[in-house]
Amino acid sequence: MKSAPFTYHDPGTVDEAIALLGQHEDAKLLAGGQSLMPMLNMRFVVPDHVVDLNGVAGLAGITDTGDALEIGAMTRQRDLMRDAAVGAKAPIIPEALEFVGHFQTRNRGTIGGSLCHLDPAAEQPCLMAVYDAVLTVQGPDGTREVPFAEWPLAYMIPSIGPDELLTKVRVPNWAAGHGYGFAEFARRHGDFAIVSAAALLEVSGGTISRAAIAIGGADVRPIRLEEAEAALVGQAANAESFKAAGEMARKIDAISDAYVSSAYRQRLAATMVERALAKAGSRAGGSA
Amino acid sequence: MADTRDIEVTVNGQRHSATVETRTSLGDFLRQGLGMTGTHMGCEHGVCGACTVLLDGEAVRSCLMLAVQANGHEVTTIEGLADADGTLSPLQKAFWENYGLQCGFCTPGMLTSLTAFLKENPDPSEREVREAISGNICRCTGYQGIVDAALSAAKTMREV
Repeated sequence: MKSAPFTYHDPGTVDEAIALLGQHEDAKLLAGGQSLMPMLNMRFVVPDHVVDLNGVAGLAGITDTGDALEIGAMTRQRDLMRDAAVGAKAPIIPEALEFVGHFQTRNRGTIGGSLCHLDPAAEQPCLMAVYDAVLTVQGPDGTREVPFAEWPLAYMIPSIGPDELLTKVRVPNWAAGHGYGFAEFARRHGDFAIVSAAALLEVSGGTISRAAIAIGGADVRPIRLEEAEAALVGQAANAESFKAAGEMARKIDAISDAYVSSAYRQRLAATMVERALAKAGSRAGGSA
Repeated sequence: MADTRDIEVTVNGQRHSATVETRTSLGDFLRQGLGMTGTHMGCEHGVCGACTVLLDGEAVRSCLMLAVQANGHEVTTIEGLADADGTLSPLQKAFWENYGLQCGFCTPGMLTSLTAFLKENPDPSEREVREAISGNICRCTGYQGIVDAALSAAKTMREV
């Protein structure tokens, strides 16, 4: 349970970090360490080089640009939960982060680390899915932007090259007073979700004008429930329409493993979507 | 040749300089490098919470941090919770009075975690205490004594 030896690097800038990735073939980026450190300790990964991002200037922080929140990749979960702008503009983020590990791991864990680790049951990828967040990736040839829908290539494989690093995510703001809800089922608090659901709603005069629903844990990547989102628009924000949307979640593709069958994940998806929507509906300003 | 770095870390108010192998976790450095065996290594993959220490006042898993990452920071361990003359902190005293420990393996992580938690939440509900220690596994007590101790300590500290 001790990491194998590696050569440690602690660059001070993004350019230095990218240069190190280019120079060393088998290098791993170390962000908050709450996923990589266990894998190092258990020797699931045995890299020759570890590039520590904790001393890189400018990778952490939250900026409100007016139409979006820009969140640096090294922003810790704790800081997202305490940030006034995040609480005001994207209150689903602190609500969902309560489910991420425990307060001791949130003190170190970063949003960028979680998005690059890309566990399909993790909360932060699910949040990025519901927002259609845009990720900025920097490499030796400059930066590129990746919409979250194109970020997961396969199970736990993000769209990032060996000499690139994630620098920030842009979370577009929803209308003031929008409804939001996050629901999750896990056997123990702090465990990865078996299934989670995130819902955002804009409601005027009791009628839904905009909806987004994401489900985590059910498939190999977070998924959007586009059919249900389209069906909700124009409907009354009430228990009946939320239940109908939940029923649509029952038809999603779901993985099966040694503990949980795909049929059970589908059932949970229906319930979690209904619960997340019910929370969002009750919080939406202007709902009837 | 092992990859090493020179670090300076303040532990319980005292400055330490050391040369560490870069792969060494903060927890192993505290125990083996500094001989401070109060911090207990349990699962070594972030699940059990026994190795929790305070890094600049915030509770973190010392098995999920490299010693080299603590360079220039302040660490508080279980050895640093009591006063210099040995007087127990209100939380430590409450653990004693409320049967908050049996074998003692989880206790360092419980005390450091709850020290940080109570600082931010001086008047927690029982539910909040249970959530705060949900990342600290205890196989002896059934948690009841620990929860009672945390609530009792919170009350004592509010009255001071």
